[in-house]
This record gives sequence, C-alpha cells and structure tokens, in this order.
Amino acid sequence: MIRIEKLHKSYPIGKDSLHVLKGIDLHIKEGEFVSIMGSSGSGKSTLLNIVGLLDIHDEGDYYLNGQLIKDMNEKKAALLRNKFLGFIFQSFNLISYKTALENVALPLYYKGMNRKDRLKIALDYLEKVGLKDWANHLPNELSGGQKQRVAIARALVTKPKVVLADEPTGALDSTTTDNVMDLLKDINDEGMTVFVITHEEEVAEQTKRIVRLKDGLIISDELTKASKAV
Amino acid sequence: MKFLFESDTWQEIYGSIRKNKVRTAITIIGVLWGIFLLVVLLGSARGLENSFNKLFGNFATNSVFVWTQSTDTPFKGFQKGRRFSLTMNDIDVLKSEYSNEIKLLAPRNQTNNLIIKDFKSGDFRVSGDYPILDQIQKKKLIYGRFLNENDILNNSKVTVISEDMYKQLFDIDEMPVGQYIKINSIGYQVIGVYEASNVGNFDGDCAYIPFTTYKRVYNTANKVDWMMITANENVDIEQMERDVILTLKGLHKVHPNDERAFGSANLGKEIGKITGFLTGMQFLTWFVGIATLIAGVFAIGNILLITVKERTNEIGIRRALGATPKSIRQQIILESVFLTTIAGMLGIIFGSLILFGIDSAIGQGDDAVLVNPTVNIPIILIAFITLIILGTLIGLIPAHMATVVRPIEALREE
Repeated sequence: MIRIEKLHKSYPIGKDSLHVLKGIDLHIKEGEFVSIMGSSGSGKSTLLNIVGLLDIHDEGDYYLNGQLIKDMNEKKAALLRNKFLGFIFQSFNLISYKTALENVALPLYYKGMNRKDRLKIALDYLEKVGLKDWANHLPNELSGGQKQRVAIARALVTKPKVVLADEPTGALDSTTTDNVMDLLKDINDEGMTVFVITHEEEVAEQTKRIVRLKDGLIISDELTKASKAV
Repeated sequence: MKFLFESDTWQEIYGSIRKNKVRTAITIIGVLWGIFLLVVLLGSARGLENSFNKLFGNFATNSVFVWTQSTDTPFKGFQKGRRFSLTMNDIDVLKSEYSNEIKLLAPRNQTNNLIIKDFKSGDFRVSGDYPILDQIQKKKLIYGRFLNENDILNNSKVTVISEDMYKQLFDIDEMPVGQYIKINSIGYQVIGVYEASNVGNFDGDCAYIPFTTYKRVYNTANKVDWMMITANENVDIEQMERDVILTLKGLHKVHPNDERAFGSANLGKEIGKITGFLTGMQFLTWFVGIATLIAGVFAIGNILLITVKERTNEIGIRRALGATPKSIRQQIILESVFLTTIAGMLGIIFGSLILFGIDSAIGQGDDAVLVNPTVNIPIILIAFITLIILGTLIGLIPAHMATVVRPIEALREE
C-alpha cells in the first residue's frame, strides 16, 4: 500500500537547511495498523505529511497504492488525497462554522457527490462513531473526544485506503483516548490501513506494528503483542 | 461555469459569509458606498442639467439680441453721443442680406403701461411682436392662442397676457379668452394666456400685442426698439453677431469701430458657459464616483486577503480533504463577486431611494433645484458590470494567495 525507499527531506532554515529525514525505507502493506513513534524533531510528522501528500520529498521514491508519487501538482495531489487518504489531526481541524454533519460530508463534496447523498452517507458514519444525535451541533458544542470522533468519521467517509492519524489522542484524556483507539482498531479490522503517529507508548502498543524514528532514521521496526494476539 | 448553478457552491459561500458577518458587512459597505455615491452624484448632475434645460429649454440658444445705444465716435459729420433707433428698413435689409444665416428675425417694441380690467389694474410691460416670437421664445399657452399673421395684417386690438397678469386682473376660474382689457385706455381682446417660465422669459409679465397694432397705437412709425435674431444651425453665431452689427453700422452712418453704438447679447455664449460648467461637473461626478467604486473594490480585495490569511487553516483542512486549488480559487472569487454584486445592488437601490427622496423634496414644481434627478439604466448596468469584473479581478489576488500556500503550512497555522 505504502512503499518508501531512501526517502530524504530537508527544510531550508535561513542559509542552512535542516535535514529531517535521512533515508527512510518503509513498507506498509494493505490492512496494517502501524504507529510511528519518536520524540519531537525525529521527523515523524514530516514523514506523515509526505505520506499524506501534504508535503513533497526531496529524494527517494514513494509509491502509494503502487503509484509512484513524483512531480505531483496540487490538483493531482488533491485528487489522490480525496481518493486514497483520510486524515485525523491532533487538533481535530474541524471547520468551525459547519455542523458535525457538514464537516463529515465535506470530503464527499470535493468528490462531487450531490448534497442529499453525501449528507445521508455522512449521517451513517456519524452513527458509526456514535454521534448521530450530535449531527447538527457545531464543533464548539462538542467535547474533545466527540470532535475527534467527528474527525474520524470525516476521514472515513470517502472509504479511503489509508487513514493517517497525526497524534490523534494528543489532546484527549485517557478515557477518550481509549475510545478513539478502539475506533481506529475497528477501522483496521474492517481492512483499512491505519497509520498513526504518536509519542505515547500506551497508544503505540495498541497498534500492530511500531516503527521508531530517531533523528530522521528508523531505529526499530517491530510487531507488537497486539498483533501476535490476533 | 457549471459550478455556478450548483446549490452546493452557494451553500459553501453562504456558510463562509454567514460565519464572517462583520467583515461581510464592512466589505459590502465599501462597495455599496461607492456605487451609492455614483448613483446619487450622477442623478444629481442629471437633475441639475434638467433644471438648466428647463430654464433655457424654451429658448432658442443660438440667438442674438441687438439694440441701439449712443455713438462714441464722431462719423460723417455726426457728433459723438448721437442717439438713433433701429428701423423696419434695417430688418428688411438684414433679412435679405443674411437670408442664409438668419432663421428668425423678430423686431420688437416695448413699453410699460397701466392695464385695467373692470376694477382691477396693474402696471405691466406691453410688447409689440410678430408671431415668430413664439418660435424664438416658446410660449406655453394655458388658454387660447398666441398672435398670428391675421392679427398683424388686420392691426387687431388683441393681446396675449401672462399667467400672473391673468391672476391679478381676472377672478378665479374666470375664462379670460374673449374678454376685454384696457391697455393705456384702449380696449384689447384677450386671445391667450401663457405660462410664466423662469429664466427663459425675460420679458417678465408682458402683454403681447401685434407689432402693427403697437405701431399705430404708440405711433412708432418705422422705429424698432430692438430685435431678436435666431441663426440657422451650423452658423457661427458670434461671427453673425459681428457681421450684422457691421451692416447696421453702415446703414446708420456709425463709425465701423464704434464700440458703443450697438448693444448686443449672445444667448448661446451665455448658455455655453453654463453647459460647460455642467460638462465639467459631470466629468467630476464620474471621476469621483468611479474612484470611490475602485476604492470600494480594493477594500473587498483587501478584506478577502485578510480573510484568506485568517482562513489559512480552514483552507488547509479543505485541501487535506481533497479540495483542488481550482475549487478553492473558485470559492474565493465567487465570494468576492457575490459580495460585490450584493453590495452593488444595495448601493443602486439606496442611491435610487435617495434620488427619489431628492426628487420629492426639491425635484418638482416651478422652482425645482434638481429636476427629475435620474440615472440612465444602461449607465448603471455598465457600472454594475464593471464592478463585477473588478470584483473578479480583485478576488484573483487572495484566491491565488490561498492556493500558493502548501497545505501543510496552511494546516500548521493554528
């Protein structure tokens, strides 16, 4: 599903440049539940952004769903994001003036689906995350956990191949963290590839494979107990 | 262009506009003010023009008046300071010599007399005139008719009086036509009453009687007090004025360089000054109006630019969810166009209401300051379309700004 070979990325900082990713090799198969761990500055967010087509890499090859990602223009990237990827952010990134339902329906709008259909599908997904009754509430009327569940519904609504979650539990307390992780596990059980970035061991341990990054390099890549249990 | 007709597009725009009520209001006010000013200014300028037209409209503007004064140069044995009069002979000579240039020539004799009707009386001007006066100085008749050729031929004792004279001499609702009034103790039959206009009628309240009747009654023989000449179109009225006076100087043995002997006034020249002023004012109106409009459109661009900054995060989210740069651009431009359109329409409506107010307040009646202040619909449409085009162009800048930021940077903004 995701194949990364010798990936390099550096950011210019003034005259110098900061070498963030120094040759990453990573292969994630369809249906995997992977967490990327590392301290801040290890390059894990950069990796997720590149995987999520939100940023471009400097060197190396990146294949998404067998397709080489190269010379992406914004339009192509947008279409691929819409088709293959679902995003979950630490700060939820819901659009504040849209209701939960409208937020969930937004990716379908960019897919070109008509309003009636997309609201219906969005409602189904809200039901799936247990927020059907909150459909017409604005994000600021929801709790953090609820917001993240709305964001998850939004990430799932286009039936993406890969769900990318950037510190999905970073802003949540432990109970809601467990709720969100359970949701992600359910998604994974349905066969979706889930790619989580976190610095919380407890979160990482609930995934099936942990990749640890340090200073732009992979220092370990191992399966967890959770995966062995299956 | 299909996206324009999709309810989703408008749903999105409605959402983002509703969210930013304050900036939407400020933006709208900017453009609204511009087009409002344009409408009001254009309307007022038109109103002013209309009122000038009303004042001078009854008057042939290519007219010259000529009268005699006293000579200031001795010539051919005459001393300076000689007084003399125009004669009917002058009229005939001018008519034949300038048959190509002169359209109408009206010799006139005037005096002031006591006019009596039963027990009412008043002191008014009496003027001996030919029917062609009606063509030089259009008379709007309330009752009856103006003088005609028969009156001239028959030396009829008939008169056309002014509205004010009618009010002063007659009872309310009394039918004036056919009644008799006494001018200088001689009875005349009233054949018409004309409406007093403001400036165009500088005869004031005047009783018009046939020129030939005047000649007999006042024993003026060949004398003519003054004359009004209207030139044909395409005739240089000032040149004709000089030529006519030169001819008259020859006829009356006046030194060709005598500056004082003949007095003349060129109505076209006087009106030209005013119409020049009007043109200048219209130019100013356009300049101010369009400048304000442009300022308004820039305000929209500016505010959109700020909102694009404010909404960087939102735009980043949308792009992460699969919005193409094109769809982002479309949305922002459409917002810009939508706001300018709404603002433009409101501006036109408010401007029209103000013009309507002006019209009701000072636009009607005889001494209206601004007569029918209106704006041409094509002009407003052009301004409106220009506004929309400008709105589109100015929307391009923030739209572009919104899409050059990489989504990752947009998302990083918190």
